Amino acid sequence: MEILTILLEAAAAAAWAGVGAGIAAVGAGIGIGRIGGSALESIARQPESLGDIRANVILAAALIEGVALFAVIVCLLVVFA
Amino acid sequence: MFQKFLLFVVLCSSVAFRTWGDPQEHGEKDAHQHGTEHVEHADHAEAEEAHADHGEAAKEFNAGEMIMHHISDAHEIHFFTLNAGSEHPDHYSVGLPVILWTEDGLKVFSSKKFYHGEEIHLKEGHGYKYGDYVMANEVIYYAGEHHAIEYDEEGAITNAAPIDLSITKTIVGLLLTCILILWIFISVARAYVRRGNQAPKGMQSLMEPLILFVRDEVAIPSIGAKKAEKFLPFLLTVFFFIWIANLLGLMSFIGGYNVMGSLGVTVVLAFIVFVITTINGNKHYWKHIVWPDGIPFAIKLILVPIEIVQVFLKPLVLMIRLTANITAGHIIILAFTALIFIFGADSAVAGYGVGAGSLLFMLFMFMIELLVAFLQAYVFTLLSALYFGAAVEEAHH
Repeated sequence: MEILTILLEAAAAAAWAGVGAGIAAVGAGIGIGRIGGSALESIARQPESLGDIRANVILAAALIEGVALFAVIVCLLVVFA
Repeated sequence: MFQKFLLFVVLCSSVAFRTWGDPQEHGEKDAHQHGTEHVEHADHAEAEEAHADHGEAAKEFNAGEMIMHHISDAHEIHFFTLNAGSEHPDHYSVGLPVILWTEDGLKVFSSKKFYHGEEIHLKEGHGYKYGDYVMANEVIYYAGEHHAIEYDEEGAITNAAPIDLSITKTIVGLLLTCILILWIFISVARAYVRRGNQAPKGMQSLMEPLILFVRDEVAIPSIGAKKAEKFLPFLLTVFFFIWIANLLGLMSFIGGYNVMGSLGVTVVLAFIVFVITTINGNKHYWKHIVWPDGIPFAIKLILVPIEIVQVFLKPLVLMIRLTANITAGHIIILAFTALIFIFGADSAVAGYGVGAGSLLFMLFMFMIELLVAFLQAYVFTLLSALYFGAAVEEAHH
């Protein structure tokens, strides 16, 4: 049989759910890390725009985290339903 | 206007059904009778054996089960248990009314009849039996002829279920939040009427900066000064509702209410956002979705389906973002707690040691959860305001 079929049949669904949640965490980490980095650079360039940048950082971070937690919910559903 | 919107949200939330998201099997009893009799007998014999073992050995600590039990809904509010390890633990809990719409009409009884009644053995989790009903993992089914849970070949439950309208823990949390909000804001509103233009005093001075924050930093920048006032009652209501419900869930000693962690509640909020956006969408809004200007034709063909899906997807993502964030926070805190018991099972010293570190991490997580409680309310309100703003935006050419 093909290797992918064997892999998919062998491991329990719960294990793959763990992998999925981990990948979601990596994605969230990369995205929010980039936002934080560019926010710090912009504040260093222009300290008086701190307030505007803060609001936008929070908004963007929440949106990205929403997507990551979307993936976590799907993984939880795989394990518990 | 304010009161009307408040009442609307209160009414909608109080109809949030706990059973949203539970995979309930309304199986046909006749069709499965032959098949399940077989399975059920074997199960029963096994179950009795396992149950005998279970009673003798001390129950092993199952972290996953404890965590799921604490974040999911229940028919009782369990405060604490004294003498937990011994033969007769004392459970201090409030049994909430179980309200079932069955084939014989409405049945109301206290859930203590289940919890203090007969326990039945399940494949996993807790099951109880009372009269014609069995409760498996907080879901109520008809007991059927065998007076037990019947499984089919894949292990899914095949009992039929009555319509469950019970007051559950989440609904009590919802009502507590509503009472708190009504109490705070009615008294603040009356204070403004009484005191006129004097400086605010007491609860007024606490609420005024928050209300002005939502108006000046969230509503007006997103919707525009002219039209923001129309949506302000809803935005304020949803902001404080989510925030106070989240804070309520963080106080674990009053019963542990995971109000916003229940999809049934957040789906109502997201649905209201969807309804308000759709009703207030003007011609420019709809034109922007189905045939946007200034975009090449080929890209329009790809963009328009995406935009149409977005109309439904945006509220859906609002709902999942809120539920997932709150539930995830609770799971992390419970996981740190469970860590203590996992290590403590091996040796008491390890338990204490891990306990000290775990406690610090838990405090840290509680602080983060306080921030998340406010942040999720803010993000929900901000995104709702942005959607409303997009719906009422005038064409700017």
